[in-house]
Formats: sequence, C-alpha cells, structure tokens
Amino acid sequence: MYTQGMYEIIKKEQIAEDTFDLTLSCRDLCDLVNPGQFVHISVPGFFLRRPISICGIDKDSGTIRIVFQIKGKGTDALSKFEVGEQLDMLGPLGIGFKLLESDKKVITVGGGIGTPPMLAVAKYYGKNATAISGFRTKDLVILQDDFKAQNNKTILCTDDGTAGEKGFVTDALARCLKEEKPDMIYACGPVVMLKAVSEIARNNEISCQISLEERMACGVGACLGCAVKMTRGGREFYGHVCKNGPVFDSKEVVL
Amino acid sequence: MADLSVKFCGVDMKNPLITASGAYGYGREYTDLYSLSKIGGISTKGTTLYEKDGNPPPRIAETPCGMLNSVGLQNGGIKKFLAYELPNLEKNNLAVVANVAGGTIEECVELVSMLEGTSVNIIELNISCPNVKQGGAAFGTNKDCAAEITKAVKNATSKPLMVKLSPNVTSIVDIAKAVEAEGADAISLINTLLGMRIDIKSRRPILKNNVGGLSGPAVFPIAVRMVWQVANAVDIPVCGMGGISCAEDAIEMMMAGAECFQIGAVMFNDPYAPVKIIDGLNEWCDKNGVKNISEIVGTVKPW
Ligand SMILES: Cc1cc2nc3c(=O)[nH]c(=O)nc-3n(C[C@H](O)[C@H](O)[C@H](O)COP(=O)(O)OP(=O)(O)OC[C@H]3O[C@@H](n4cnc5c(N)ncnc54)[C@H](O)[C@@H]3O)c2cc1C
Ligand SMILES: Cc1cc2nc3c(=O)[nH]c(=O)nc-3n(C[C@H](O)[C@H](O)[C@H](O)COP(=O)(O)O)c2cc1C
Ligand code: FES
Repeated sequence: MYTQGMYEIIKKEQIAEDTFDLTLSCRDLCDLVNPGQFVHISVPGFFLRRPISICGIDKDSGTIRIVFQIKGKGTDALSKFEVGEQLDMLGPLGIGFKLLESDKKVITVGGGIGTPPMLAVAKYYGKNATAISGFRTKDLVILQDDFKAQNNKTILCTDDGTAGEKGFVTDALARCLKEEKPDMIYACGPVVMLKAVSEIARNNEISCQISLEERMACGVGACLGCAVKMTRGGREFYGHVCKNGPVFDSKEVVL
Repeated sequence: MADLSVKFCGVDMKNPLITASGAYGYGREYTDLYSLSKIGGISTKGTTLYEKDGNPPPRIAETPCGMLNSVGLQNGGIKKFLAYELPNLEKNNLAVVANVAGGTIEECVELVSMLEGTSVNIIELNISCPNVKQGGAAFGTNKDCAAEITKAVKNATSKPLMVKLSPNVTSIVDIAKAVEAEGADAISLINTLLGMRIDIKSRRPILKNNVGGLSGPAVFPIAVRMVWQVANAVDIPVCGMGGISCAEDAIEMMMAGAECFQIGAVMFNDPYAPVKIIDGLNEWCDKNGVKNISEIVGTVKPW
C-alpha cells in the first residue's frame, strides 16, 4: 500500500556538507512505512520524481525523516525547501528490510549517503544493533548521535582518518565478525562497498540484506525502468529496484 | 456532466483516455490510488511471444520536460499475459488494448492468433519500438515493411487492428497510408522519438543502451503535428499520444484529429493524472457547451 499527497516540512537542518535532514508530517503515509522503504518526491521544475530512503519513522507523531545529499540540480532544488512548505511525496514504496525478532544481533553497514536507511532499521534492534558507518572525511559524517540515542553501538570509519578510525567499513565489519557473528547484516552504500560486504557475509554464512539504487521513473513497478540483475535458482533475470527492492537478499542480486 | 463516452473502431469506451503501453504495466500498480474502472482503456505493456529480458540498466534518463527510456520490451510473454494479466483486467470496466510486438512477421501473426477468442478489445501492433534491435522500429520506418506486416497480422485476427507508428521517419503520412491500405482499422501515434543524454563527467551515455525513446511534454507539439497530418490523410480513426499532460492537452490532441488518446510518461510525474485529466475533460466540456466529447474531434480550423 502506498499513497500520495502534499506533506508539510516541520523541521529542516543541514547536518553536513551538502547534506540535509527533513522531517515531514505525513500521518497516512507514515502509518504504512517499514524501514528500508523510500518516498518518491516531485521537485517543481523536474519531470521525474527523486527517490529518497526513509531514514526515521515516528509512528506516534506521524512523521518521517529523510536525509539527502545534493548530487545534482534536483536535490539542490529540494535543499531549498523550508519549514512550513509542502513536498509532493508518493510513498512508502518498495519492499523494506526483512526484520528478525528484535533480540537478535545485527550489524548495519552504511557507506556515505547510504547511511540514512540504516538508522531506521537499527532503531528496531536498539542495543542489539551495531552500526558501522563510513565516510570519506569528517565533514561528511552524519547520524552518529542518532544511532547512539537509539542505543545502537556505533563504529565510525573515515577514509582519511579525520574522524573515528581510519579505514573502510569492511575492515571494521571483518573485525566485528571475529568477535561475534550476527544473525543478519544490513547494508547500503556505494556498489563497491556492497559487493565487499556481500562477499564477507557469504564467506561467513550470514544473511545479508542490501539496499540498492537505480534510476527510476514510476517508482511503483509499472514502467520497468529501474532494472537490476537478479538471480534465483540459477536463472538470471532483470528484477526492479522499486518493486522487488530497494532491499534485496545479497545472494539474489548480481552487482 | 458531459458525455465523455466514445466509440473507437467499434469498441465502446466510457471516456477517451487510454493509459499508454509501457507506462502502466498491466494496470496492477496504481490501484492503491484509484480504481482501474476510472480509465477508458489500458494499452498493455508491449507483449511478445516469449518472455523478454529487456536491456541492461540504466534504462531511464531525465530530459527537459520529459525522459528517455530504453526498457527494451521487458515482459513475461503472451502466455503469462493470457493466464495472469488478462483475467485481472477483465474484472474491471475498461477497454483492453493488447499491445503486441514481434521480431518477425511470423511471430506477430502467432501472437495475434493467440488472442483470438479472448476478451481483448483492440490489438495495438507496435511496429515502432526504438529499443529493440530486431523487428520493432525496423518495421515502422519502412513503408513496404509496415504494409507487409499489417497485411499479415490483419489476416490473422478478427479483432480491430490498430497499428502504432514511429515518429522516427521522414514521412509519417506515407507509413499511415500504407498501413491503412493493408487493412489497419486504426492508427495510434506517436511512439517515442529516439534521443540521447551524456553524463559530461564520465563522458558516458546515461543509458546503457546509449540511445533511448523520448517521451513526456517535450514531444507534445511533434505529436500534435503528426496526429493532425495523419488524421487528414487517412479515413480510419486515430488514437493520439505523445506528451499529453493535462486535460487541455488532450482536447488539443482531439481537435487535431484524435478520436481517443493515450497518456504515458505524465503518470510518472503525477500518478493521479488519468483521474485529473478525465475530470478536467468533463469540466471543460461543461464550460464550453460541449455535450459529447466526440464533437471536438478534428475541429481545428487551420489557417
Ligand atoms: C531507492 C533509493 C533510495 C535513495 N535514497 C537516498 C537517500 O536517502 N539520500 C540521498 O541523498 N540519496 C538517495 N538516493 C539517490 C537520489 O535519488 C539521487 O541522488 C537523486 O535522484 C539525484 O537527483 P539530482 O537531480 O540531484 O541529480 P541528477 O544527476 O541531476 O539527476 C538526473 C536524474 O537521474 C536520477 N538519478 C541520479 N542519480 C541517481 C541515483 N543515485 N539513484 C537514482 N536515481 C538517480 C535522478 O533521480 C534524475 O531522474 C536514493 C536512490 C534510490 C533509488
Ligand atoms: C517507460 C516506457 C515504456 C514504453 N514501452 C512501450 C511498449 O512496450 N510498447 C509501446 O508500443 N510503446 C511503449 N512506450 C511508448 C508509449 O506508449 C508512448 O507511445 C510514448 O511514451 C509517448 O507518450 P507519452 O509522452 O505520453 O509518454 C513506452 C514509453 C515509456 C515511457
Ligand atoms: S521505476 Fe518504474 S518500475 Fe521501477
């Protein structure tokens, strides 16, 4: 189930270089959301909607939170929206993360602007989630206090060592696995990172769910635009990020 | 309330709006928002004899006031359509236009034969897909090929045959006349215009297929022109499409000569577009004293 409407921005913050954090009041949409789903936002002046993951869900207040980075003209225009203005959103779309019982141990791995959807899933597991996040440099670091506020353990990595530990999220992940194997790994980030995380998960026989991106038109599975190569029972075919995903079992996609 | 019903090649539709092939799947995706029975008809995703994988991604690129796609006719094949999709469409009150495409004439003939005796109302033969290497546009850009395939398919079906034309030709009128001469019952146009976008950072085309089909408001004036030219050149009815994004556009298309119309890409921007356009047509007719929408077809007064 999804819906569409104009929803008011009730909070806006710039949380890092070119990175914005919006909270929207959207009772009907919020009631339907699961972690890992996304909204499809219409930005005036642009023909296609912009898909953005849902980063925070507050069912009590009927609000969701999205965090995005300016990548081009559409996200730049989106960053100019202010509190009190309304956004045209279609959502929640796609299939979210598969959740285990909340007392299971999980690790979330977020790379750069792939970190926001990890916050929504880590919230569900509270202290049983370890959130590994990686960024190029300290000016891009986001959401670390938010993970801590929901009792997640956090590990922060930067490529240049200017914040947290120097190195890649995959190094931190491999180290965590040596101590204790989680029941599930969740990941979102650049494709190279997702490949490496999937590989580690496979080698350790841990289930792994990854959230993917692809250029979209409809966002609801009608146009077949957002293809991703999938594999099931030895057969390869094109699935669709907006309908079969954006969250996939890492064993079912060919990256 | 004006009368929006139209009769298009013998098929009664409660309104002239058909959702365009490839933009609306098989009608399953938008029922969270409104009932399928709202729309006049649906043109299904281009269906082939066998399941088709489509092209590698990226398949979508944004353009000023529009988009490119290189989906490449990904679909589950005619058997799946008959077993799974058609029964679902039958539950609703709307005209079913089966959009079919084949790599060879024999394939197209076999496809339409399989639709005999089904509830499909109209066959839309796509001879204009720019995204497949074999067949597709090759049929639609040569008037002899277009005539030959129309003739063969017409002989294999008892249903109204609508041939969908490609705008990527020097004379759309020549192709239209050629398919009319071989028995087409209607013509639909336009399919997408071949286009390209390049990412200037990577110097790579955005589409993995390098080129793709342009649709959306950007193509609207081209579509109106072609529909007008074709409607004036043939005696069979025309279904107009390309860039329609509001009720006024639909009216313009009908004034150019289209008896009904299809909308595609606009729904990606506004999924409620079909409902809004139908409501808008009603309002416009009421305001302008038009009792039946068909009154406006072809009423443009050229200079
Ligand atoms: C399911 C999903 C969830 C996403 N979640 C987030 C998020 O939480 N935060 C965030 O910052 N970004 C997210 N993205 C990426 C975001 O959609 C793009 O950065 C954005 O569309 C770029 O638009 P633009 O106009 O700024 O860039 P331009 O490059 O000018 O956009 C041109 C066209 O390409 C599309 N496009 C460009 N890059 C991407 C991309 N990486 N993925 C999909 N479409 C793209 C645009 O939507 C637009 O249609 C997500 C993408 C997907 C598919
Ligand atoms: C994503 C996409 C897929 C399409 N697939 C098909 C198809 O399978 N068969 C076909 O005849 N036309 C296909 N088309 C063309 C449309 O049916 C229509 O002719 C064209 O998009 C122009 O209308 P519009 O500007 O309203 O979208 C497709 C268009 C889009 C945008
Ligand atoms: S964007 Fe249309 S199918 Fe995914």
